[in-house]
Amino acid sequence: MSAAATTLAHEVPPQAGPRAFLHRLRQGDEIAHLITLTFAAVILLLTSMLVYELWINSHLSRAQFGWAFFWTKVWDPNFDNFGAAPFIYGTLVTSAVALVLAVPLGLASAIFLSELAPRKISDIISFLIDLLAAVPSVIYGLLGIFIVVPLMRTTLGPLLINTVGDVPYIGVLFRGPTYCVGFLTAGIVLAIMVVPFIISVSREVLLTVPREQREAAMALGATRWESTWQVVVPWARTGIMGSVFLALARALGETMAVTMVIGNAAAIKASLLAPGDTIASTIANQFTEATGDLYLSSLIELGLVLFLITFILNGLARILIVATERGGGRPA
Amino acid sequence: MKKALLVVWLMTLAATLTAAGVAAQGGTVLLNAAGATFPYPIYSKWFDVYHTAHPNVQINYQSIGSGGGIRQLQAGTVDFGASDGPMSDDQLAQSKFKILHFPTVLGAVVPTYNIAGVTGELNFTQKALAGIYLGTITKWNDLEIAKPNPGVNLPAADIVVVHRSDGSGTSYIWTDFLAKVSDDWKNKVGKAATSVNWPVGLGGKGNEGVTGLVKQTPNAIGYIELIYAVQNNIPYGKVQNAAGKFVKADLAGVTAAAAADAKNIPDDFRVSITNAPGPTVYPISSFTWLLIPAQIQDAAKRDAIKDFLKWMLTDGQKFNEGLTYAQLPKEVIARETKAISLIQ
Amino acid sequence: MSALRMAWRKSLNFVMLTLTGVAALAVVSVLFLILGYLVWNGGASLSWKFFTQLPKPVGESGGGMANAIVGSLKLLFLAAVMGLPVGLLAGVYLAEFGGKTFSFIVRYTTDLLNGVPSIVIGIFAYSLAVLPVRHFSALAGGVALGIMVIPITVRSTEEFLRAVPGSMREAAMALGASKWKTIATVVLPAASGGILTGMLLALARVAGETAPLLFTAFGNRFWSQGWGQPIASLPVMIYTYAVAPYDDWHRQAWAAGLVLLGLVLLSNLGARFILARSKAV
Repeated sequence: MSAAATTLAHEVPPQAGPRAFLHRLRQGDEIAHLITLTFAAVILLLTSMLVYELWINSHLSRAQFGWAFFWTKVWDPNFDNFGAAPFIYGTLVTSAVALVLAVPLGLASAIFLSELAPRKISDIISFLIDLLAAVPSVIYGLLGIFIVVPLMRTTLGPLLINTVGDVPYIGVLFRGPTYCVGFLTAGIVLAIMVVPFIISVSREVLLTVPREQREAAMALGATRWESTWQVVVPWARTGIMGSVFLALARALGETMAVTMVIGNAAAIKASLLAPGDTIASTIANQFTEATGDLYLSSLIELGLVLFLITFILNGLARILIVATERGGGRPA
Repeated sequence: MKKALLVVWLMTLAATLTAAGVAAQGGTVLLNAAGATFPYPIYSKWFDVYHTAHPNVQINYQSIGSGGGIRQLQAGTVDFGASDGPMSDDQLAQSKFKILHFPTVLGAVVPTYNIAGVTGELNFTQKALAGIYLGTITKWNDLEIAKPNPGVNLPAADIVVVHRSDGSGTSYIWTDFLAKVSDDWKNKVGKAATSVNWPVGLGGKGNEGVTGLVKQTPNAIGYIELIYAVQNNIPYGKVQNAAGKFVKADLAGVTAAAAADAKNIPDDFRVSITNAPGPTVYPISSFTWLLIPAQIQDAAKRDAIKDFLKWMLTDGQKFNEGLTYAQLPKEVIARETKAISLIQ
Repeated sequence: MSALRMAWRKSLNFVMLTLTGVAALAVVSVLFLILGYLVWNGGASLSWKFFTQLPKPVGESGGGMANAIVGSLKLLFLAAVMGLPVGLLAGVYLAEFGGKTFSFIVRYTTDLLNGVPSIVIGIFAYSLAVLPVRHFSALAGGVALGIMVIPITVRSTEEFLRAVPGSMREAAMALGASKWKTIATVVLPAASGGILTGMLLALARVAGETAPLLFTAFGNRFWSQGWGQPIASLPVMIYTYAVAPYDDWHRQAWAAGLVLLGLVLLSNLGARFILARSKAV
């Protein structure tokens, strides 16, 4: 006992002060800290450079339009009058629709795959769903055109107009002629594109919730669902929110698929069935053909605006998380 | 041990990938080019045939768009460019080096529509097309559309206008035509451009986007390239030309548009041939151009480009019709052949 | 507890759990619909020629996308080499070493980076890796894709490292291991499943991206040598062919989509296999 104690005693590292630092240094911890810190800083560097490039290359239009760029509704390459308002609206609306559709669907599927399905089946299905993330957006766009668009025109559009369209307040979202392309169609296609991210990450996170949590809830008499919804899911809350962030980010920045099914009308309309446009889609559509320096500068300024929107949305979402912190989550 | 194995595996992968595709040898002239999407099929055909005949010359053309082509040419990342619309005076003035325009093929833009009960070809006057796209003509049974189509039962339905969402040479040709035939259009929307502020309508991405939208939306009208319409058996209408005749687009009518005013084509070949005079002319036609720097430092590249241009003007033109592009008229070919000597 | 309340809870249980099953079924059906569509439209164009020949101009039969397949592999390799280590180590920093404020900033910035449209990343990589050297290259394409791979990798690495129970860390440290050794030999392996999922998800996403490659890797009708030349890739080929007027090219585009999925599937399988082997003690 005393021999073991002596051996252990001289291996106890110093707790604080310069000797502690040297000890950590020799152990390699400080180097590890430094290396990982550097790579984390690389991300900051990359993003800063990106913003810098966007800022520099948009100086023409910033000088020309100033803050009015945000609320000007006109986008006229011929007369050099550019405004971002319709695209900001389109971006927000389509992303909102995509999340409203994808988050419940994705979370429910993830719960099913992690809690209810047999492990083998869950693994295979999850594997296949991961594949969905690899489908090029061009193909999602084509599928949107061949499947979702006709569906909108023949079935879904008229259905929504006739049923929800007459309900006060919400009804205004579903009015108007059915063009079959528009915010809702784009939102549906986006939802399909981002759901794999939500399912994949949420499922993995739900699987990491310790068994004891579920068992404790069940031991207290909770039903399976209650245990899942009130104990397991909150435990995994940060991971699930992370997956929603991933989904939101993808929805905000998606270009090809959206541009094929949104109708590309630079207009702000209340109805979800109306055509519109998003920032990413506009940049993608017009960047390669843009001649004229003010035109190009305005497109790049659009990129900057999107960056700002992402910044604000992320901030709001984080505030939301903190505000709903009720406890029951995994200790940080 | 396992980590070492992983590293070895990764390095083998890297080596294999680096080695993969080592085909060409020294003496190969590699040319990169970028630009218009409209002539991509014929260009890819030409470059492939030329490569087979001259195996040491590889011309890699990517269709990133006319504007992209112009910008990459000026940035120096490609050896030559291609554009559906000629460079403007401003652009040429801003360019750091002199750029020559060489027309390669001719194309046309046609109106396509989807109206219940209408199966034949509609005649469109110039005012009709302008009015539809301006949003002043809103119903199919409007007099302007009905007048030249006696006997056709046009419904009293709203016209759904479809245009291109992406900037494109096709839009350039279409807006060029509309600006020439309608002062309203010129004042409200502006001159020819790859992207405009469309007064009405939905946007489809690419020719197939427009076609798809028109096919799926009752009472829709859109504009697409002639090649696209022919290759996909899409019905399209006749357009009234400057002489007042309704002409259905075909290759002969397009070549006629170029030949009609051939004497007046400027030396730098930057010309618009929409609404050209003549009874057989199809009015919505256009050249598409290769943009070649006037001075090329690399001798091998310069010779390859000049030789290709000569080939393109003679043997190359034979492939046009097979892919539904119109041939250049003889007068233009003769003048271009002389212009090749300007490349130094 | 009243019998009514009990009955309510029981029926809620049944309904909600069934709904989750329905949701999963819906998603899986969409997946099979997409796969089915791709196979239906592209299957006919898949042949040995597709995998071994260079693209032919329209009108000529045959022709394949051999250079695009190799090109996509090369680009993914570059993206992985450039982006995954950054993502992994940054994630390790956030989970294990990070100070509160700096970590918050890094996390926030990572989310911002994730939301940048792929074409803007392409433009950025263009100014970074193409303009200075005046030519397009596979490397530039790798840079663009590498940047896109980072955010997803960081998020999943951090998330799954955090999920490793503190008891494992403490046990290792009690045995005298230094912090980095604990992380390298105990924590990372424990989280490896989730981290690998994140990495594969990130690679799968960039495998299908077109816009960032248009201005960086550019595209190539021929074979590309080394890493400094323009290079073909499946997504760009799909994009070019899908917008063309010819049916033959449309079918080839669908076939290319199928091949792309197949490539991602194989890489996923391969990576998981290697992970399983290296974990087997």
